Amino acid sequence: MTNDQQVVLITGARKGIGRFLAERFVRNGALVEGCSREMPDWSLEGYTHHLADVADESQVKAMMTSIARRHGRLDIVINNAGAAAMNHSLLTPVASVDRIFDTNVRGTFLVCREAARLMQRRRFGRIVNLSTVAVPLRLEGEALYAASKSAVETLTRILAREFGPLGITVNAVGPTPIETDLIRGVPSEKIQKIVDSLAIRRLGRFEDVANVIDFFVRPESDYVTGQVIYLGGVS
Amino acid sequence: MTTLSIADRNAILALVTASLRDLYEQNGITADSEPDEGTYLIGRRALLDSLGLVTLIVDLEQKIEETFDVALTLANERAMSQKNSPFLTVGSLVDYICSLMNEQRSA
Repeated sequence: MTNDQQVVLITGARKGIGRFLAERFVRNGALVEGCSREMPDWSLEGYTHHLADVADESQVKAMMTSIARRHGRLDIVINNAGAAAMNHSLLTPVASVDRIFDTNVRGTFLVCREAARLMQRRRFGRIVNLSTVAVPLRLEGEALYAASKSAVETLTRILAREFGPLGITVNAVGPTPIETDLIRGVPSEKIQKIVDSLAIRRLGRFEDVANVIDFFVRPESDYVTGQVIYLGGVS
Repeated sequence: MTTLSIADRNAILALVTASLRDLYEQNGITADSEPDEGTYLIGRRALLDSLGLVTLIVDLEQKIEETFDVALTLANERAMSQKNSPFLTVGSLVDYICSLMNEQRSA
């Protein structure tokens, strides 16, 4: 590890956008740590995977201890791990409430808290949380998912204030629907309806999300915190 | 079951005072004397602000884990609800850390 090599943690890195971001950060020269509840079926030099559930405090702490012992620092965290359920509220079991809020809210909070403890040692850190356009669009059938991401946005704004004096910024990106496992079960006409409501009428791409993340994590963005940027022209 | 020795308590005291010195230095705080058991951490006589206390607690949790291989949560609900805050002085904080470590060892 060189002194200027950044250490990046990406949650939910096993597949989809998490994997895309992990590979991208590695290509750009970072040391990347990732986690998920199952092991990935791929490996990459410069990438270390942790078997960890972000909603489990002891597992998150153990992962951070491992990162601290091996690298002594953590520069960037992408809170990408997420759970969703697209269903009418009248048909939503309470188990879905727990699962979605455990991963999206409790998980995001735990990773932010433990990451900031490590980041504050060097008075530098960049945290990017994942929200969704389902929050401002108030999409029917996504009440729980959107409510959990509303909580993530509020966490983002308040943690930005609490962590600001420690040199840590906290921001969020709200993607439009992207072709991932998260929306695979959603009817295509519903996705098309969302796309039709955007200023830029197409599905999102991984690169669109990465572009906003690049902006948030660059050293020059040390005066940008507590912000939520939605893709596709949603506001 | 083993309880903490005097040497362990002295080691914890050294961790707390060293962390406090580092914090003073990082924040440009000039203290009249070296931190000791009687140094105030909260209240009018404390030199740290609220963020300084948070940073001290986080720093101590990390140092205790590195030194004693024990993961403590110092700012738990019990600590916050105690009538006499364990964070009042360096001495009360050291006593509190010792009591938490003793509880963990006897669990």
